[in-house]
Amino acid sequence: MHELSLAASAVELIEAAAVREGFSRVRRVRMEIGALSCVEPEALRFAFESAAAGSCAAGAALEFLVVAGEGRCSGCGATAELETVYDPCPACGAHPMQVLRGMEMRVKDLDVE
Amino acid sequence: MCTTCGCGGDGATLESHPHAHPYVPRKRSAVAVIPPAPDEVRRIEVEQDLLARNDAEAVANRKTLAQLGVFAINLVSSPGSGKTTLLVETLRRLAGEVPVAVIEGDQQTSRDADRIRAAGAPAIQVNTGKGCHLDARMVGQAMQRLPLQNGGLLLIENVGNLVCPAAFDLGEAHKVAILSVTEGEDKPLKYPDMFRAADLMLLNKCDLLPHLAFDADQAEAFARRVNPAIRIIRSSATHGSGMDEWIDWLRAGAAAARREAAAA
Ligand SMILES: Nc1nc2c(ncn2[C@@H]2O[C@H](COP(=O)(O)OP(=O)(O)OP(=O)(O)O)[C@@H](O)[C@H]2O)c(=O)[nH]1
Ligand SMILES: [Mg+2]
Ligand SMILES: [Zn+2]
Ligand SMILES: [Zn+2]
Ligand SMILES: [Zn+2]
Repeated sequence: MHELSLAASAVELIEAAAVREGFSRVRRVRMEIGALSCVEPEALRFAFESAAAGSCAAGAALEFLVVAGEGRCSGCGATAELETVYDPCPACGAHPMQVLRGMEMRVKDLDVE
Repeated sequence: MCTTCGCGGDGATLESHPHAHPYVPRKRSAVAVIPPAPDEVRRIEVEQDLLARNDAEAVANRKTLAQLGVFAINLVSSPGSGKTTLLVETLRRLAGEVPVAVIEGDQQTSRDADRIRAAGAPAIQVNTGKGCHLDARMVGQAMQRLPLQNGGLLLIENVGNLVCPAAFDLGEAHKVAILSVTEGEDKPLKYPDMFRAADLMLLNKCDLLPHLAFDADQAEAFARRVNPAIRIIRSSATHGSGMDEWIDWLRAGAAAARREAAAA
């Protein structure tokens, strides 16, 4: 359950932002989660609920922006959507595609009061 | 509808209310009439990676290791692929030649660290409890308690798990993935992140190949599909095949770490 430690990191980032920006309560957290990342969103949601308890993010709604996988061919330069990190290039068949997007695991923004 | 008084505002008026106040159409008024109060909800852009702190700690570990001239390896695999057996055999072969320190990651027990200490090397056991991987902070703390010597090795045995150790940089020079021939050829396709993150793969327990239907060429092809640059050594930690090549690779890494620390 690496989601546990990722959730704990998210709460740490949020608490640091609370000190920096001077807010005391978070209503909503938006995270970008890449489709190719190792994160299972529902497991992260579950972990976040417990990690956030007692922090300024307790009870905050967690929203995921899922980022589709996208890669660029290391051979011909074509870009394409990726289902897996090792999809072959649809144009030339060469491996591997360099992953451009889809590995994200980040806190994007917060609605705070 | 007039939002000041609630009247129709579409030309119809109430007798008692001739519309002396300016009428503002609803859409604009919704914005104009409810100005954002300073203590109300505001948006904070954070834009920070969940792994940012781990990555920063990994950078610090890597710097410490570079200054010391220590070659650090992060061994990742499924449970039971032979990591500890490989480490014990590595210690035996490098005894008296290259100083080796070991960090053992397991959810529970100090059994693996006990095996390493019995083989004569300093070892720290890190129990991750529910955590399924080592992180850079755990490794940084363990490093402080180990005798790390110039030109030596730090071998880190990660928790047996093919998923998340790929995402957590510990500050190592290389991840080494161990795949044993009892696990199925398609592991690299099922857990591509791990085989992409690794620079070297040991295909271990090759002594068992005569007894199995495992297709070693296919397993190698799958690993290369995921990571064309990966180096592969077919090994048996118990019977010795591939061990010379593995030990030479470690020796070369340790010598390079020592040279680079001296040049810095
Ligand atoms: N036949 C054969 N057995 C091996 C080899 N390497 C390890 N084993 C056996 O595989 C079993 C597991 O080995 P370990 O070294 O404990 O594996 P591990 O990866 O450290 O296991 P965890 O730390 O629990 O994830 C033991 O019974 C070893 O004797 C090998 O090369 N050939
Ligand atoms: Mg072990
Ligand atoms: Zn984990
Ligand atoms: Zn291409
Ligand atoms: Zn009115």
